Amino acid sequence: MGRVTTIARRTFLIGSVAVAGGVAFGAYMYKRPGENPLMADLEEGEAVITPYVKIDAEGVTLITPRTDLGQGAYSVQAALIAEELDIELDQVRVDPGMPSPAYYNTALSEEGAPFRSTDESFMAESVRGVMDVLMKFLGMQVTGGSTSVPDGYEKLRTAGAVARETLKAAASQKSGVPVGQLKTAKGAVQLPDGSQLTYVELAPVAATIRPVTNVTLRDPSEWRLLGKPMRRHDIVAKSTGTLPYGVDFKVDGMVHATVKLNPRQGGAMNGFDASAAENMRGVKKIVPITGGVGVVADNTWRAIQAANAIEFDWGPAPYPPEMDGHWEALGNSFNDEQIEARNRDDGDVETALAGADVIEAEYRAPYLAHAPLEPISAIVKVEDDRVDVWTGTQIPRFVQGNVAKLTGVAFDDVYVHVLYVGGSFGHRLEDEVVKQAVEIAREMKGTPVKLTYSREEDMIHDFPRQIAMARGRGVVKDGKVDTYDLGIAMPSVIASQMGRQGLSLPGPDTQIIAGAWEQPFAIPNYRMTGYRAPELAPISSWRSVGASSNGFFHDCFLDELIVAAGADPLEERIRLMWHDNSRKVLEAVGEMSGWGSDLGPKRGRGVAFCMSFGVATAEVVEVTDTDDGIKIDKVFVAAEVGRVVDPVNFDNLVKGGVIWGLGHAMNCEITYSDGIAEQDNFHAFEGMRLYQCPEIEVRGLENGSKIRGIGEPPVPPAAPALANAIFAATGKRIREMPFNKHIDFV
Amino acid sequence: MKLTVNGQDHEVDVEEDMPLLWVLRDELGITGPKYGCGIAQCGACTVHVDGVAVRSCQLPVGAVEYEVTTIEGLGTPDALHAVQAAWVEHQVAQCGYCQSGQIMAAASFLETNDDPTDADIDVAMSANLCRCGTYPRIREAVKTAAKNLRSA
Repeated sequence: MGRVTTIARRTFLIGSVAVAGGVAFGAYMYKRPGENPLMADLEEGEAVITPYVKIDAEGVTLITPRTDLGQGAYSVQAALIAEELDIELDQVRVDPGMPSPAYYNTALSEEGAPFRSTDESFMAESVRGVMDVLMKFLGMQVTGGSTSVPDGYEKLRTAGAVARETLKAAASQKSGVPVGQLKTAKGAVQLPDGSQLTYVELAPVAATIRPVTNVTLRDPSEWRLLGKPMRRHDIVAKSTGTLPYGVDFKVDGMVHATVKLNPRQGGAMNGFDASAAENMRGVKKIVPITGGVGVVADNTWRAIQAANAIEFDWGPAPYPPEMDGHWEALGNSFNDEQIEARNRDDGDVETALAGADVIEAEYRAPYLAHAPLEPISAIVKVEDDRVDVWTGTQIPRFVQGNVAKLTGVAFDDVYVHVLYVGGSFGHRLEDEVVKQAVEIAREMKGTPVKLTYSREEDMIHDFPRQIAMARGRGVVKDGKVDTYDLGIAMPSVIASQMGRQGLSLPGPDTQIIAGAWEQPFAIPNYRMTGYRAPELAPISSWRSVGASSNGFFHDCFLDELIVAAGADPLEERIRLMWHDNSRKVLEAVGEMSGWGSDLGPKRGRGVAFCMSFGVATAEVVEVTDTDDGIKIDKVFVAAEVGRVVDPVNFDNLVKGGVIWGLGHAMNCEITYSDGIAEQDNFHAFEGMRLYQCPEIEVRGLENGSKIRGIGEPPVPPAAPALANAIFAATGKRIREMPFNKHIDFV
Repeated sequence: MKLTVNGQDHEVDVEEDMPLLWVLRDELGITGPKYGCGIAQCGACTVHVDGVAVRSCQLPVGAVEYEVTTIEGLGTPDALHAVQAAWVEHQVAQCGYCQSGQIMAAASFLETNDDPTDADIDVAMSANLCRCGTYPRIREAVKTAAKNLRSA
């Protein structure tokens, strides 16, 4: 189907669903063109062609609205534009731009809708359309859900093509040569006589003509940049210490601050005594803020030292102080009243279980910190009629709104400058640090305040990954898996997260069973039920969200059933798989790993599969049971992403995702005692170290019709593949993360 | 007190017990060395003192007796050190935040061992944490850097 038809159909669907669904404002917003955020700040001589491309006397700037969290988003977004614009990546500047409602993220809302990614039927597409309107209404410029590539794949290439054709029209007007005789390359329009007009020269003319929007995107076979190894535009800066991250950023006249917050997340501050801190060297100001105190000094270290010298009277935690209370709340959630979603109920599970030899198991997954290596920070300067914010964030629009609310400054007078971040993994979907910096900076109007968290504050106040529990029941028959009934209980991540933004969740939280219910297996009796546990500790999206726990639950219990049936773990998964492209990833890891060959004594091999964010991913892990513990030898990964836009970045992200999944499964958890997180730094929250890192072989498959992002999908299958491998090597079935509670690792 | 960083002399007026890291970052504006943990667990703050890799977050500035080299002094975008060139060639970085420390650790290590085995690399590089999981590329880049340093 051509592009024009797709857009027309989607527009129609969105319109009609909007009437039926009563989201009239969403439809209104949809029909109203997004304001072009670059218009406001235009200087004379500059021309704007689309919100993604800016050309002025300085050159060509590609605006990449999705934040680069280390996943290479800026480079990939720039390449998508440059491919069609006919410009080389070393000829452009890349700028995340100012937040604007034109940068809504449609791919994120699509995955939030309760339809399997494998289901592209009319109904699924139309409901995704409703979500699209909703996202536009919210004006979400969000980076998350592995959506930067899917979201930008058409939008950014189209932006590049519209810009190119408009520049050609401008060149035609200027030169008198018909458009049909013009070509474009290397940032210029080439005339038949061999001369050229650069985009920069053409910009003022292009600004005066109607943009040419009737464009056809190039076939992938014609691509110059995409699909081939690219050099990330930030790679030299990141290898020479010259890239300024948020925590490195400087603003003239800036002071340094840190905070000390109630270590019981969200608890009150009853009082504090800062007399020892006030007289310490370099301390400028001590400001009470929501739930704690901000300390301003002339140096970050001095601010941290002073903050540590303050004595506090903290209030209790608004959640159970000990872990027993958390697990008990989850255990009590498996009842009909707390069913959040039962999106799958194939066959007749109850009848199949009745009187059968039922296999049962309970699984657990702990709270986990995001703990990107760069602690969170923000610089805020408050003036009477303007606020500037410099920070690394995944949610610049929310930041803008929250800052406007806190300061009383008009929304449009809040300027959010998005900076490079040293990792996120979901951490920067929160903006508490900005709110706190505003609370401090509004007491020092005109002075830019840079708030940097200490590592300890960051880890203790990291809204962690959800805690979760699953209970599985199953029956095997004639060497096959016959019945699979899985219940998963967790608090709602999305409700907790949206609640902090003053929003409520419209409808059930499908993340509670994401990574479990939509798995494309055909099991005769197959039921997936999500139970919503009460709110416990505040939680947040953590790389792969619901699937980070559920992928482990779903695949490991399936492995238990397959083993009980006496079937081969890979063969039985392949037999049960109804979705062709998913079967192909299982077959790929089978072939890559030489599945079935003899590994020798004390060794084991485990396979796991998880479809998350629309990406079917299979992993095989090989381990050795050494005298010092389990050693992870090798991992094989295959993932179906429709199209690999940048093979180098793809390989790096997949390996990183596997290491992330394995490392946390091995040895990480956040536990609460007396309401306080017991892990406050990397000595207690280790993750994987280089010597533990296995060799990882990666294959990207391109059979699917939709392009998908790869930031998160490699995570969910890693833990179950490791647990299944440990079982194969040792006979020990581990049903709780982190696994080092039950077995040692080298 | 006097401090020589990347060949340049500085006079700083700070407490003797302020960690070198914060003198570099907040007093001298040299931000290549990163703050990650403050307790010598992550290695993001690694710099060279007299050519040897140290954790600047744990080193009181008053105890620094020799010249300090940070990532900015190891090589520049226009004149990359062999280790930096290998990091670029293998496109090691994801978020890149730990890589200043990784590169400084590798450069110091390769000074003492220019033909490391895989096991040597594991031992030398495991004290530096990478949350993005760039370890496979770090291994490859260290090998490439070693090869280039040997033939240099």
